[in-house]
Formats: sequence, C-alpha cells, structure tokens
Amino acid sequence: MISWLSHLGRSFIFLLQLLAALIPASSKLRVRLLTQQIWSVGNQSLVIIVVSGIFVGMVLALQGYRTLVTFGAEESLGVVVGLSIVRELGPVLTGLLFAGRAGSALAAEIGLMRATEQIDGLELMAVDPVRRLLVPRFIAVMVSLPLLTAIFSCMAIGAAGAHLIGVDLLGVDSGAYWSQMKAAVDFNHDVLNGVIKSVVFAFGVGWISLYQGFFAAPTSEGVGRATTRTVVLSSLFILGSNFVLTALLFGGL
Amino acid sequence: MPENLVTVRDLHFNRGSRTIYSGVDIDIRRGKITAILGPSGTGKTTLLRLISGQLKPGQGTVEFDGQRVADLKRSELFELRKRLGMLFQTGALLTDLSVFENVAYPLREHSGKSDQEIYRIVLDKLEAVGLRNARNLMPSELSGGMARRVALARAIALGPDLVMYDEPFTGQDPISMGVLIKLIRSVNDELGITSVVVSHDVNEVLSIADYAYIVADGKVVCHGDANTLRDSQSDWVQQFLNGRADGPVSFHYPGPSMEDDLKAGGLV
Repeated sequence: MISWLSHLGRSFIFLLQLLAALIPASSKLRVRLLTQQIWSVGNQSLVIIVVSGIFVGMVLALQGYRTLVTFGAEESLGVVVGLSIVRELGPVLTGLLFAGRAGSALAAEIGLMRATEQIDGLELMAVDPVRRLLVPRFIAVMVSLPLLTAIFSCMAIGAAGAHLIGVDLLGVDSGAYWSQMKAAVDFNHDVLNGVIKSVVFAFGVGWISLYQGFFAAPTSEGVGRATTRTVVLSSLFILGSNFVLTALLFGGL
Repeated sequence: MPENLVTVRDLHFNRGSRTIYSGVDIDIRRGKITAILGPSGTGKTTLLRLISGQLKPGQGTVEFDGQRVADLKRSELFELRKRLGMLFQTGALLTDLSVFENVAYPLREHSGKSDQEIYRIVLDKLEAVGLRNARNLMPSELSGGMARRVALARAIALGPDLVMYDEPFTGQDPISMGVLIKLIRSVNDELGITSVVVSHDVNEVLSIADYAYIVADGKVVCHGDANTLRDSQSDWVQQFLNGRADGPVSFHYPGPSMEDDLKAGGLV
C-alpha cells in the first residue's frame, strides 16, 4: 500500500516536471526531433488502426443490422454505427490499440535508454533528459492519438467498414445510411466530445508510458515489467476515464 | 591554483540500509591519473556519481575545483557538468545518432559553435581515438571497444577538466584493452586534463595510474603509487592485487562447514 502510494506520488511529481518542461522546451524544440517522434509514434501505428477500424465497423454493421431488421428499422443503421463509433468505440479502441502498439514501445525505448546508461549520459553532458527525450515524445503522443482516432472512426464508418457490410452487402439504402447518420450525429455534442476523450486518453498513455520507461529498473526484467505495466495501466486508465467522461459529457447519470 | 581538482572528505553514503561509504577521504590531483580500485559491488561507480552530483552524500563533502557539489543549484550543476567528461561502462552512446553526431552532440547542445567548427572539432577528436573513418557508422555497428573509444571522443569533445572512466577495461580483448590504456594516458597528458579511472582490472590500471586508492567495505584500505600498493603488508591487499582465490576473503561463502551439512543430512 505504501509503495503503491509512493509510486503514485512519484508519478505526479514526474508529471509536473514533464508539464513544467513542456512550455520552455517546446519553444526551442527542434522540429526534427518532433517529426521523428510523430513518425515513430503515430505513423507506425497507422496500419493497425486502419485495419482494426475496418473490422470494427464491419462487425458493428452486421450486429446492428440483425437487431434493427427485426423492427424494420434497418435504415437507421447509420445512426447506430455513427453514434457508437464517434462517442465510444472510436476513442476507446484507438486508445487501447495505441497503448499496446505505441505506449509499450515508448516505455521499452526509454527503459532501455535507462538500462544502457544513455539517460545518465545525457545528464552528465548537462542535457536535461526530460526536455530532450520525454517532451518530444509526449507532444507526439498528444498529436498522434486524436488524429489516429479520427482515422479509425472514418475507416469504421466509411466505405470499407460498416458501409461495405450494411449498404453493399445487406442492402441498406446508401442515402438513408448517410442522411440518418448526418441528422443524428451532432458535431458539438458527439464529434467534439469524442475528440475530448481522445485527448484525455493521449494524456494518460503519454504520462504512463514515459513514467514507466523513465523509472524502469535498469535490467531486462525491469524493462519488461515497464512495458507490461504500461499496457495494463493505460488500458485501465482509458476504460475508467472513459466512463467518467461519458457521464460528464453526455450526462444521463 | 590548488593542487586538488576534486577533494572528498569524510564521505558517508548509504543506499537503503546498505552502507556504501563510511568515512572516505580521496584527493584527485590536477593533471594526474587517479585510480579507484576495489572489488565488485563496493560502490566505485557511486563515487563517480557523487562527484558528478547525480547523488548527494549522506555526510561529508565532495568538492570540485573549490565548489561543494552537493550545494549547487541545478543550473550550476549543469554548468559544472560541462567541465566533466564521463566514459560509461557500456559507452552510453545515443543509439539513434551516428558516430559523428554522437561526438558532435555535446558541442551542438552547449558550445554554440558553427557547423564548420563542430565538423573540425569532431574530426579532431575522432582522429585522436583512431575512428575518424568510422564516423558514419551507427552505434549498433560498432564493437564494444570501438563504442568506448567513440564515447571517449564524445567525453573530451567539450574540452573538459576532468574525465571519469567507469570500468573502461571490462570485457575487452587484449588489443582493445591496450588501445584504451594508451588512449587514457595520451588523452590525459596531451590535453592536460585530469583523469579518474574506476576499475578492478588491477594490472592494467596500475600500469597507467599516477596514484591509486583501494576501496573496500566503505573505507579506503590503502593508497599510494603502484609500488607502494604492491609493497603493502596487508594480506587483503595482496590477495586483491594478485587475484588469489583464497585468503582473508574466503573462497567459500560463509556458513556451516561441509561436515556439519553432511551430519545434518544424516550421512555421517
């Protein structure tokens, strides 16, 4: 219990350090450092996000259609798919996939830098590792995850995902699919709230993965533990905060 | 100018409940190579971290050029570290940068020099360690010995006052070892810097050290130049220097004797 509390305290201090370094460091941040990180954090997660989005959209259309058709309401498929993806599944699933793909990689990378003394080396060269290593990665996570969420949602809803199954295979009218979705999904209420969620998740994944990596025990075991914890804690953070956010943003409790 | 670059007085340091140092005095003289010898796990690396201010002593002082390291503010500490070069056991090169960029890194961060000047300095330093033509390789393509030489070039890039070597000879083949020994001596003498070598490779270190300290169990056991150490009357020092398997440090892990264990198992 005490060690758990001290972890919590240390991780908050770490977060404050990170945020304190964010503004002065980002003003002199080298663009190359940031683009490099967005490339490795964001772009390299793209394939898994696109493929997952397509499959999630497909399965959602299939299940949604089977239920709706019993009420003769299959024309509303677009509403079901659109709302569930934009409000919940898009941000949450993208966050979970991102934690598994990019968060674990970040924790392992930083943890290995700790284990191979690269972080000590930077400190001894009078370079602040928080600014040089962590800030660009944190910004990259904050930029990438909301964008990936948007891509995931588009893939799920669009021509390769739910539209392919619902309209092209099961025969829902394409016009009804889009127009009902357009009528039901509100930009401020639904899309923007989804974006807020993905920003919160990005914050959590960035914080957890960098903390776990930075304080990993400098052994192969320690790095392994850091990556595992990153995935477990990020997933819990995403699912837990998602519930709170849904309650706050959409009300209903 | 005072004779000592680094002065350690009455140093106490604990890690958790484990005592690493209990009252250690060490002088590191300007322009000399000082060796810190001792068995594995005696906290030799910890000493280097205390000098660089990454750790703070529990009691006693570490002074670098007259400044108490533990009292410095973060910004002052970073200024001090620009005057320090450190060679880590693993080299600690940044794995995402080439050899050239690794050596250029501290210059780009701190010196404010133009690209042309940096190019010149980096080639100079790489030439000194014999790796000018390896400048476009990545750290993953280097052997362990080469990585350490690159790290040495990086450590001296800013023209430091003090270079600290953490176990520079561990796991090196005889040729790389010879190269490193020659480099430590030549870097020290030609650049007029001060060196601290932490190691347990006794013969290699004593062949270049001007002065040596043997540290064990939190204390300085013995200090002096190579001959003083070799002539030491202490059995422990003799066992350590000559690498005897048995002596004051027993070959067997302490505990009941073999006979007692056999009796306990009902075999005798």
